[in-house]
Amino acid sequence: MQLPYTKRTLGNGLDVIVHEDHQLPMVAVNVWYHVGSKNERLGRTGFAHLFEHLMFEGSAHHDHGFFPPLQRAGGLLNGSTSADRTNYWEVVPTGALELALWMESDRMGFLLPALTEEKFNNQRDVVINERRQNYENRPYGLAGMALSAAMFPPEHPYHWLTIGSADDLRATSLDEVHAFFQTYYHPSNASLALAGDIETGPAFELAERFFGDLPPGPVPAPVRAEVTPQPGGNLVLEDRVELPRVYLSWHSPAMFAAGDAELDVMADVVAHGKTSRLYRSLVYERRVAADVSAHQSSREIAGVFQVACTAAAGVALPELHTAIRDTIAEIIRQGPTAAELERALAQTEAQFIYRLQTIGGFGGKGDQLNAYNVFRGDPGYFEADRERYRAVTAGGVAAAARRYLQEAPAVTLSVVPCGRRELAMPGADEVRVS
Amino acid sequence: MSPVDRSRLPQPGADRPFHFPRIVTRTLPNGLEVRAVTHRAVPLVSMVLLVPGGSSVDPADRHGLASITAGLLDEGSRGQSALEVADRVARIGGDLDLDVGADAVVVALTTLDRFLETGLALVHEIVTEPNLADDDFNRIRNLRIERLRQMKDHAAAMAERAFARVLYGSHAYGHLAMGTEAAMTAMTVDDTRALHAALFVPAGSTLVIAGDRSEEALLDAASGTFANWRPAASAMAVDRGAALAPPPPAPLVRLGVVPRPGAPQSELRIGHVCAPRSTPDYHALLTLNTMLGGQFVSRLNMNLREDKGYTYGVRTGFDLRKGMGPFVVQTSVGTDVTVPAIIEVLKELRDIAATRPTTPDELALARATVSKGYPRGFETAVQVARSVAQLALHGLPDSYFEDFIPRLSQVTEDEVSRVAQQYLSLDRLTAIIVGDVDKIAQSLPELGLGPHQALNTEF
Repeated sequence: MQLPYTKRTLGNGLDVIVHEDHQLPMVAVNVWYHVGSKNERLGRTGFAHLFEHLMFEGSAHHDHGFFPPLQRAGGLLNGSTSADRTNYWEVVPTGALELALWMESDRMGFLLPALTEEKFNNQRDVVINERRQNYENRPYGLAGMALSAAMFPPEHPYHWLTIGSADDLRATSLDEVHAFFQTYYHPSNASLALAGDIETGPAFELAERFFGDLPPGPVPAPVRAEVTPQPGGNLVLEDRVELPRVYLSWHSPAMFAAGDAELDVMADVVAHGKTSRLYRSLVYERRVAADVSAHQSSREIAGVFQVACTAAAGVALPELHTAIRDTIAEIIRQGPTAAELERALAQTEAQFIYRLQTIGGFGGKGDQLNAYNVFRGDPGYFEADRERYRAVTAGGVAAAARRYLQEAPAVTLSVVPCGRRELAMPGADEVRVS
Repeated sequence: MSPVDRSRLPQPGADRPFHFPRIVTRTLPNGLEVRAVTHRAVPLVSMVLLVPGGSSVDPADRHGLASITAGLLDEGSRGQSALEVADRVARIGGDLDLDVGADAVVVALTTLDRFLETGLALVHEIVTEPNLADDDFNRIRNLRIERLRQMKDHAAAMAERAFARVLYGSHAYGHLAMGTEAAMTAMTVDDTRALHAALFVPAGSTLVIAGDRSEEALLDAASGTFANWRPAASAMAVDRGAALAPPPPAPLVRLGVVPRPGAPQSELRIGHVCAPRSTPDYHALLTLNTMLGGQFVSRLNMNLREDKGYTYGVRTGFDLRKGMGPFVVQTSVGTDVTVPAIIEVLKELRDIAATRPTTPDELALARATVSKGYPRGFETAVQVARSVAQLALHGLPDSYFEDFIPRLSQVTEDEVSRVAQQYLSLDRLTAIIVGDVDKIAQSLPELGLGPHQALNTEF
């Protein structure tokens, strides 16, 4: 299985990628801007995401909201912001492709004239409610903020989460929106993918027609931040939760960097599914944990390897912490077994095929082509990405785990029920997140 | 090349016709109905086994039984341990999902085409010969009891539970599939064995396979594996018709509050018992829902989110089931605007049924949204297989998908107004608030729903 495509770059620097798939009479339009919360600064966190909301509020030649014409045409649409990028997508019936391109190009070229203080204030309220709903009012919802802040120093752009701080959002002004748009929202910092029921030739003609006249802008300098190794840490956060949970978090390789795929496999072996080491020992056999998970979350300029484990009722967190440490040490000593490696790679291989099922939306083929293009400069990286995993060996997993999870300190976070500080890892410092 | 005319939006061109997948059915001698759909996009196969009777068959003192029984299917079968079963799923890159809804248990497995036979054998084995061993039962029960305790910290889960209970009382739809801590504690492994034998029988169940082979080849593979599925004797009688009993004519509580001190938002559920899936007004209700709260540009979302900024989003749904399903408005709003937000919701419900009926433009928008986007729901094999399983559950004809758009386009403004008046009942509506009650109690009388009642989180 492949993900075939054709790529051209327009005169203004806009990358255009086309993938044909005529199964359904639908086309996926997908636009990436290479900007995310890592382009923000302290005191103005949450800005890139708030800006994404404003992109749906109308542009100069269609100042009535972005949704109605596309929904009337049977389109599905959304957008999202991460630390590294912002994406926008529509999946429309083939006959509505020009409409979608008109609308995407209008907001790429002509957003600001339509932007008012009223829209800005309204969307700021919406985002503050999004933050309440998905972080503040959700069990363990603030743990990610506490960990990011502890892992990365304040001057590092991964110190804060994309949702940002509520105070920063309130302090933001409309003027800052203008500067942000001019810096990051232009063809030279964007990538357009068209995937679905369209011929390649006409697809490029349409892209040229709708986007070719938009003025280019200066390509923003890549964000660089050397990670100052943090000396580890031991923190506790009180929350409205029933069961205590412990998180262990380490610095790890960035996306696609050496060791990234190995630690991905390591996460599978450690805590993915019932056959994983920690599920088997802590949840299945000893029954001291309610759940356990592990992830290699790799981003553009740094990664984080994280294990989280929720205690079963009455079980103390140090017991879980020790088990996690011991299990990792055991894998480092002996490597994953052949069966573990084979199982992890079979699942990864299947995942690559599952990813070819949808043309659009989050994680669809259009989104993947843009991801590879923006992060690798190569939309055709799908096959090389698969190769990264095929090349993983037991020794490689053990070596990466040794370097990143044993020879470097971890940040430990206990999340405990309100008023139950004594349930945290011994010696933990209280951390406040709001 | 002509320059872009930015003075007006391009008019969408004609839709390329899309035909919905052909379904080929074969009924096995044991009564199992197998339906096959060829889906050639990617070399994958999805198999979906639908067993009618979900959480609504739970005995009154065993809420959660169907869910834990289904949950035990992949915790060991034919003498193999849960770990061995999990290993087999992983080795075929399988995605196995066990879901218990109000009306049915659904076992779904997606895998690579070359593992079709292995996948079928696996599904067959876990469904027909689960170990249901004592030790596994205790392990899973404890995990579920812990999850039920954790749910108390989850505002949305508490709101769902309170809403179902207040609307339906002791009716089969009055509890969530997860059940309760008390019922889970009282349950025994024998209960799961009895329910398994009574519920998981071939007659009445449907297996749908969608994948990259001819329908005949898919049917042959399924028949080969499932032909020897024989029903077992059970001490338990399962009442698959329990959900069809009439629910209470009025909710137990009009305004229920689950206290959550210090919560920054109030989680809301507003609605009432509404209609069964078999209603002849299904298409009109779907249209009504789209304009009321079923999409971004709906009346409720434009008002509460885009105009007022009260919420990240609000949506409505007619959750139509075998029995009388609920109509529900769900959202989460800032604590300080809880009462104004509910007042706006009630106003929108009243308006669409009376003073501000649907306009031709709204109708056109709603109809286009649903019908033009319809093919999207058939993109992946699992989407296709799950859709066909729904036909089986609700006794809908194979031509249903093909007929859907023509039927939807016949819905008129008058019909939408009629169903709004007929199916939205403000006089028996309940509002559930999970939030910081002390901060909002003073203004709750403004809602006109009578005195609020604090709901116990243990029920």
